[in-house]
Amino acid sequence: MVNDSNFSHQNYVKNIIEYINELAVEPLTIMEVCGTHTMAIAQYGLRQLLPPTLTLVSGPGCPVCVTTTHDIDNIIFLAAQPNTVIATFGDMMKVPGTSSTLEQAKALGSDIRIVYSILDALALAKANSMKNIVFLGVGFETTLPTAAVALEKAVLEQINNFYLYSVYKAVPPVLKYLLKEPNQKINAFLLPGHVSTIIGASQFKFLADTYGCPSVITGFETVDILEGILLILKQHKQQKVKVEIQYNRAVKAEGNKKALAYINQYFRLVEGIWRGIGKIPLSSYVLEKKYSQWDAQVQFKLPNTTIDEKSCTCSAIIKGQKTPYECELFGSKCTPTHPQGPCMISQEGSCAAYYYVYSNNPGRY
Amino acid sequence: MCLAVLGKLISKQREIGEVDIEGNVLTINLQLTPDVDIGDFVLIHAGFSIERLMETEVFDILKLQRQSAW
Repeated sequence: MVNDSNFSHQNYVKNIIEYINELAVEPLTIMEVCGTHTMAIAQYGLRQLLPPTLTLVSGPGCPVCVTTTHDIDNIIFLAAQPNTVIATFGDMMKVPGTSSTLEQAKALGSDIRIVYSILDALALAKANSMKNIVFLGVGFETTLPTAAVALEKAVLEQINNFYLYSVYKAVPPVLKYLLKEPNQKINAFLLPGHVSTIIGASQFKFLADTYGCPSVITGFETVDILEGILLILKQHKQQKVKVEIQYNRAVKAEGNKKALAYINQYFRLVEGIWRGIGKIPLSSYVLEKKYSQWDAQVQFKLPNTTIDEKSCTCSAIIKGQKTPYECELFGSKCTPTHPQGPCMISQEGSCAAYYYVYSNNPGRY
Repeated sequence: MCLAVLGKLISKQREIGEVDIEGNVLTINLQLTPDVDIGDFVLIHAGFSIERLMETEVFDILKLQRQSAW
């Protein structure tokens, strides 16, 4: 139970910041991988509280932002087919494909529904047996097991008009990819709390063992993030590099075993294409072949468009090599209402998070 | 996208539960955390509970959230 007399948020934050200032004597670049961290850091103004030796860079942890134009084009194509309903999360509606967004396709008459959970899409399929319901599944390992549960229901109840278009992606492979990049500047990682709730700390062990990167799985409150940074600095000072769990109220070393079993039963990893980055080995989840009856990418004939995601100008920002302020389009031609690149699309994209601070506090940086 | 919120499980019937999220009641699926009991605090993502949380730490963080809102 909380004891009010010995727990003071404000004083605790001050103490952590003092401690961080003491330890941050050398320049250190820390990547916050998760888009929710990026947004929290911007909202809480944490960059302003940190010493100049510490640089926080945003990573590729916004699954909406890294969904390719090719996949958006395919979903818009499917939405235009007769008796077809697309269901997806609201975040996907504004993501630009080659020439349109789901929002624009809906305005032109396609039946595209925003759902809160994949189970809502499954309910749509049960209620509309004469229509094909295609769920555009986007997310990392946090969201993936929810799709596996829905598929289990579809299989058990033989809901044969339900299809999954999977653009689910895996976080550990993209971090490995970033660390192999020439001239990469990342010294340490704030690791995603809710992805780790599912996959556990053990799947990030390679960051410390192979690449010598201090890494801390961190929660999403002010204190969580500051504690995560402090733990990184302690590891750096003591030269004891490991993967630590700050967010221990929700994360175990082994993860959520039930959720992992669901993932392993219904999905397998293949080479994936990340918008703004390119191809990454074993980084995209697709349905296991025995469930292909429910796989939209197998069951529907889709346009064979060329994929050239490397040319995106947001590439350096997603990799943490540049900040949004270093992009000449930021805040002028590229805004959340008219995003030009993937980092501005979702509320949790690096550029959108920076824009939130920029537009609410002009001159703050 | 990986946002999750805290809720207290107030009813459970097979794989379906109801959670109280600061006064709002939401129906969720419990299949990813089959061992949760009524009274437990759970982390909720996209209509599912994804983990049971330690109660004392939940109280800490609820308090922090309220302070942040000030």
